[in-house]
Order: sequence, then structure tokens, then C-alpha cells
Amino acid sequence: MYVAVKGGERAIDNAHRWLEDERRGDRKVTDLSVDQIKTQLSLSIAKVMAEGSLFDPELASLAIKQARGDLIEAIFLIRAYRTTLPRFGVGQPINTDKMIAKRRISATFKDLPGGQLLGPTFDYTHRLLDFKLLADGSIDEFEPGKDTEQMFQHVTQFLNNEGIIETEETSSSEAESPDLTRQPLEIPANRALRLQALTRSDEGFLLGMAYSTQRGFGRNHPFVGELRIGLISVEFEIPEIGFNIEIAEIEISECETVNQFLGSKTHPPKFTRGYGFVFGQSERKAISMALVDRALRWKELGEVSDGAPAQDEEFVLYHGDNIQATGFVEHIKLPHYVDFQAELELIRKIRKTAFEAKKG
Amino acid sequence: MSNSEEDFNFAYLDEQTKRMIRRALIKAICIPGYQVPFASREMPMPYGWGTGGVQVTAACLQETDVLKVIDQGSDDTTNAVSIRKFFERVAGVKTTENTGKASVIQTRHRIPEQVLSEDQILVYQVPIPEPLRFLEPRETETRVMHALEEYGLMHVKLYEDISINGEISTAYAYPVKVNDRYIMDPSPTPKFDNPKMNFCPAIQLFGAGREQRIYAVPPYTKVISLDFEDYPFEASRAEKTCEICGATNTYLDEVVIDDKGTRMFSCSDSDYCNSQKS
Repeated sequence: MYVAVKGGERAIDNAHRWLEDERRGDRKVTDLSVDQIKTQLSLSIAKVMAEGSLFDPELASLAIKQARGDLIEAIFLIRAYRTTLPRFGVGQPINTDKMIAKRRISATFKDLPGGQLLGPTFDYTHRLLDFKLLADGSIDEFEPGKDTEQMFQHVTQFLNNEGIIETEETSSSEAESPDLTRQPLEIPANRALRLQALTRSDEGFLLGMAYSTQRGFGRNHPFVGELRIGLISVEFEIPEIGFNIEIAEIEISECETVNQFLGSKTHPPKFTRGYGFVFGQSERKAISMALVDRALRWKELGEVSDGAPAQDEEFVLYHGDNIQATGFVEHIKLPHYVDFQAELELIRKIRKTAFEAKKG
Repeated sequence: MSNSEEDFNFAYLDEQTKRMIRRALIKAICIPGYQVPFASREMPMPYGWGTGGVQVTAACLQETDVLKVIDQGSDDTTNAVSIRKFFERVAGVKTTENTGKASVIQTRHRIPEQVLSEDQILVYQVPIPEPLRFLEPRETETRVMHALEEYGLMHVKLYEDISINGEISTAYAYPVKVNDRYIMDPSPTPKFDNPKMNFCPAIQLFGAGREQRIYAVPPYTKVISLDFEDYPFEASRAEKTCEICGATNTYLDEVVIDDKGTRMFSCSDSDYCNSQKS
């Protein structure tokens, strides 16, 4: 006689032990240290911090190690940890004018005050495998020049002086920033909430959305006005002492796009903006975010929507979160046999009726 | 996750979060079948594994509670085992497989066969809380449809089912109307279980973590499966007998037992099956 499957508990324990064993891999090879991950896989760290919404390179490294390099799994570990932390206040707005940039480029001007600073970029590398890294891979230290220690005025400021680009204003309703991690997402969302959702959205999802706008699904003619990566300080006002103190210095990527102008007979045309802001060095995502931000702004700018996916706030905001997405997509591997059984019965009954009707 | 239980608040969630969830639960109880938005947290298990149910259970649990967790009707399925272990670890509550002895029952895809009592809470894990979702993908639209009690679309869908297939072709997550007002998704339970929801003495709570919704059916509330006078609702099951306990009135699993595809049928509710055997 068939005996109902028992022993789920033992199966789970064994699966966990096997997983740990595979994570460690060949014991003849040195165990990967969290420090090695932190210092040598910094772009993975950036992704985990950005999509985990927690700036902590050490924990991100630990998560990557524990997740065997699966970054979505690592992001999930960070999110599950982050949500247990108390929220003790709201930091002061970050002023990216004060960034000490290691990279700052503009595609809209040949040269500009402060100059173009390439920084540590893959952009002009030839994508040839460097077989030296297979062997010892010792690399000379690089000392950046003095020009990397300055602050840069934002490129869009130059356009602003002419009044030729829209100015960003903080409306009173946005002064108090909503918190996506403490309130349920409700549509329509204001721009602050949208940006919050986009910065923690999956990079691949945003990249695809941004790409679709360039190919014509909600086209908005973007120029990269400026892309900058560097360190900025985060300040927090401690009520007891009554002034701001610096609580952290974080690396961020910021992208401002300058987009197609719009105007009418009464309103002179202006350039519009898209904005991207991401933890760590993550310019692919910062650019993507700026494009999608701009695409989502059609209503407030008085444009007509093409009905393109990237212009659809509900579509973009509900589907960009990779932790929600991976959970729901993967959950179909859990047992569903009760529902399947119900479907079986139904389809048998409908088929029987159909066959009888055919015969009769 | 750390191995030390002292690192966690009772039932994992912090008290503020539990309070937020309890407020949503109270609102849900007051408006039967209405989907209350709540600030769902990331849990240490993935979305889709029952994070909504786990949060609702965490907000309901007290130290004296006895918890039962089932998935597909059984206490032994891997995810039921995993969630039960989670609460044993972070809440230290007693657990049981005995339906009658549980004060809180968290379930995925089934309602126990044994009639529940006034002292019990049944917590459902819900993937898609919106019964209209597959007719209208936009949340902004479906919320308006509920507000206006505009359910024509659903009736047209059921009618079209009949005109195409000769009957309503929904076998699970069969829509119900609660307290003559809201159309509600009973979660993906087989429609066999729907009648158990009607005037159930226990509190029925529904948690959808990823979708950030909580809804509820208070005790002794009217829950009617949608149908037509000439095509009345029918709670269907495999017309077989459980080969383990001999029950003829329970929902059955169909199990393939050899390479030739021979089937056997047995109760999906493992606790009920055991109790009938002895």
C-alpha cells in the first residue's frame, strides 16, 4: 500500500547541509573571505546594496558569500535583515553638488568647468580576456590626480542659468518623503515615491524598460546631461543636540538626463529632465532609471501617453521589484497538487460531457 | 539568520509592525471581504511561500497559542514543516497536527475537513487577493469596481464559461460573495472547500504579503459561492473513497503509484485521515 510521504523535516535538514557543502566547494581551494568580496567584487556589492536598500558593504559581502554569488538571493538576505532594523528618523537631503567625484562626464558639452573626468570605467577597455589574471595578476597601484578631489557644479545648472531646462521644485506634498518600505505602494504615486521604487528595482528590469523607450515605446530623446559617481556625506539631525552630524559617507551614482523639450504657443519650450540615483558605482542602472523616470513623467508634463510599458506607472512600479518577482515566479514549484486535482476533476467532467454530446 | 532565538522579538516581527498588522486585521474584520492595504514586510522566506499568512499568524500569536500549519491539507509537506519550525523557533509556541487542538491554523490551499470552532483562527496564505485580477489587471480599476460593487464582469465570465464548456470552469480559487457585499478570493482552495467558509464559527483571516493586502471573514458570516439559479454551485471532489481511512466525504489526493500510471486516492487532510483510521 502507498504510504503518504513523510519525513519532510529530515529532507529539509539534509538539503540545507548539502547546500552549505556546495557553497563551500572544493576544500583544497582557500575559503573566500568577506574582505575579498568587499574589496574585489565592488560592483556586485553595489547592486546588492542598491536593490537591498541598505548601504553596508560588509553585510552585502557576507550576503554574496552566503548566496554563492546569486545576487538576487543576496539582495533577499539583505532585505530580510533590513526590515528588522528600527527606523529612527529621516536623514537630511543629500546634496550631490558636494560630491567628491571619481567620475563625472557630460555627453551634452564638449568641455565644461571642472572638465570631463573618466574615472575607473570599462567604457574604453577592449573586451579581451586578460589571461594574466589567470596567473598572478599583480597590478600596479594607481594614484589619481589632484583633479579628482574637487567638487563639480551640476551640468544642468548651466542650462538652468539660461532658463532653458525645467527647474526641480520640491512641492510641499513631497517635502515629507514617503517610505516604500513602511507603507503599502498605492497608485498613483508621486515622483518621490516612484524614484524610491526605481532605485531599488531590478537593474535588468529597468535596463529593459529604458531600452524599450529608446526603441520607440514611449520615446523621449534622452541626452546624458551628466553622470557622476563619487562619495557624499549623509547627515542626520539629532534632536537632542539640535544640529546635523555626519553619520556616513556613501558612494553613489547619479545621472541627469536632458530630454526632449516641450512647449506650446503660450509656454516657451524647455528641456525636461530624468533622474537616476543609485547606491555604489552602478551607472548602467542610474542611466536606465533616469530614462524610466522621464518616461513615467508624461502626465505631470502634460504629454500624451503612447501607452508604452515604460510610461505605465502601475506596470513599472508593480513589476520592478526583483524580490517580489522572484518569489512569485518561483513559488509555482511549491506543491500545488490540491488545485491540480481540482482541475483534473473539472477537465474530466467537461470532456465526458463533450464526448457524450458527440455520441448522442 | 542567526541561530540565537534571543535575537528575535516574540513571533519574529517587532511590536510596531504587529500593531500595524493588527490594525489592518481589525479593519478587515469590520468590513468583511474588503481588501485592506498593509505595509507588508520582507520575511525571511520568499514571497509566494506564505509571507502574508506568516505575518498575520505572527500578529495573532500569543504565548499560550497552539499552532498548526498545513499545506495542501497536510502537516508533512515541506513548506508546512518549514513554517511550523519557523514559529517554533521565533515564538516558542506549542505546535500540533491535531486540528481540534490548534488555536491558530495557518493553511495553504485547503480548509481542514473537521468543522472549526469559535476558539480558532484560520489564517490563509493568499497569492493574488484580487478575485477580479484575471479579468482586469489594473489595481486602480479593480478597487473602483469593488467600491461601486460593479461585478458584472465576473458574472459575464461565469456565463461565458457555461456557454463554452457547459459549466463554470473554475476548480479552485472559486469566487465568493461575502456578507452580500464584496466579491472575495477564497485563496486557491479547491471549490470543494468553499461551503466550509459559510457561517464558519472560526475567524478566517487572509494574508497576501507580496500584494500587501489583508482581508477577513468574521465568525458566522454569510459566504456564498457565485452561481446562477439554473447552474447552481457544486462542491466537487473525486468520486472515490479514501484508500487509507475509507472516508467518502473528503477531498482526495490522486497519487500515481507505479510506472503504469495506476492511481490511488487518499485524504488530502492528513490529520483527518489519521483520526478516521484509529
